[in-house]
Amino acid sequence: MKNASSTRLFVVAGLLLAFALALFVSPFANPNPDGLNRVAMDEGFAEAATEHDLGDSPLADYRVSGVEHEGASKGLAGAAGILATFALALGLFAIARKRREPDTVPSKGGQA
Amino acid sequence: MHIPDGFINAGTSAGAALMAAGGVAVAVKKTSQYVDDRQVPLAGLTAAFVFAVQMLNFPVAAGTSGHLLGGALAAILVGPWAGAMCVTVVLIVQAFFADGGITALGLNVLDMGFVTALGGYAIFAGLRKVLPRKRSSIVLSSGIAAGASVVMSAAAFFIQFTIGGNVDLSPGSVLMAMLGVHALIGIGEGLITAATVGLVLGVRPDLVYGARDLATPLELSPRTGTAESPS
Repeated sequence: MKNASSTRLFVVAGLLLAFALALFVSPFANPNPDGLNRVAMDEGFAEAATEHDLGDSPLADYRVSGVEHEGASKGLAGAAGILATFALALGLFAIARKRREPDTVPSKGGQA
Repeated sequence: MHIPDGFINAGTSAGAALMAAGGVAVAVKKTSQYVDDRQVPLAGLTAAFVFAVQMLNFPVAAGTSGHLLGGALAAILVGPWAGAMCVTVVLIVQAFFADGGITALGLNVLDMGFVTALGGYAIFAGLRKVLPRKRSSIVLSSGIAAGASVVMSAAAFFIQFTIGGNVDLSPGSVLMAMLGVHALIGIGEGLITAATVGLVLGVRPDLVYGARDLATPLELSPRTGTAESPS
């Protein structure tokens, strides 16, 4: 596994890029409704949407409640989401990895 | 693209949630067949990256935006079933941001996760069969597959809407509107996906699941030639 440290570097660099996108680019994202919401408005079923159960969550609508500055609030919410997503995915794939353990110790990198 | 609560009735949403749960169970099983220590952090990064880029809505038409779905991208980077798992994680986290309904989570996991990852990867694999075996073909196939995956996702929503839509509308008009706007969003999806796959291919081609066949087997085969030496 001579590439192990280089892979770690790749993952760290990728995460830094994701954080940079959330912190510095997302405040400039287009605020218009997305494709589905636009169709819902045009076709007349937008009002069928009900209140979100987590609409009062401290991170609702990609805003950190209490942070006044729009851009900063969105960027920080995004950064929190990136961390949570990374951690949750890591956990889920670690479970998948563990399931494999019994039959994999001898062969490495096998692909069907 | 996130479906809020209320668009689709409770029964259809519950059925979709069951299908999504079954899909995740299959995905964990399929992924466990090949995942190794190195792929665990890569899958984490893929999910985190999709979360970040989904925040970056781009304009597609007057008063309308679109954002990356990321299922095809994740599938090409870490494998189709693993890619579906990555988007599922993104959608679960997004529920805490009030993005995508809670009862609609299963609907969204199917449309944005499984349809885009499995459908997108199938198109990617088909294109790779007919295109020359080189890097530029992988980038091109990624872009086209990702673009098509958005239209497939819109079609999947339409099926759910037809089965359990909470409103009485002419379905034909909803279908045309969904396909039209998502064909435009698909262009953005294709460009972002091709750029990202191209970037990773340039830095670490060995980490791209969809490009495994291009990687020269440096690690194992040369050694078998010198295996005579005592160990």
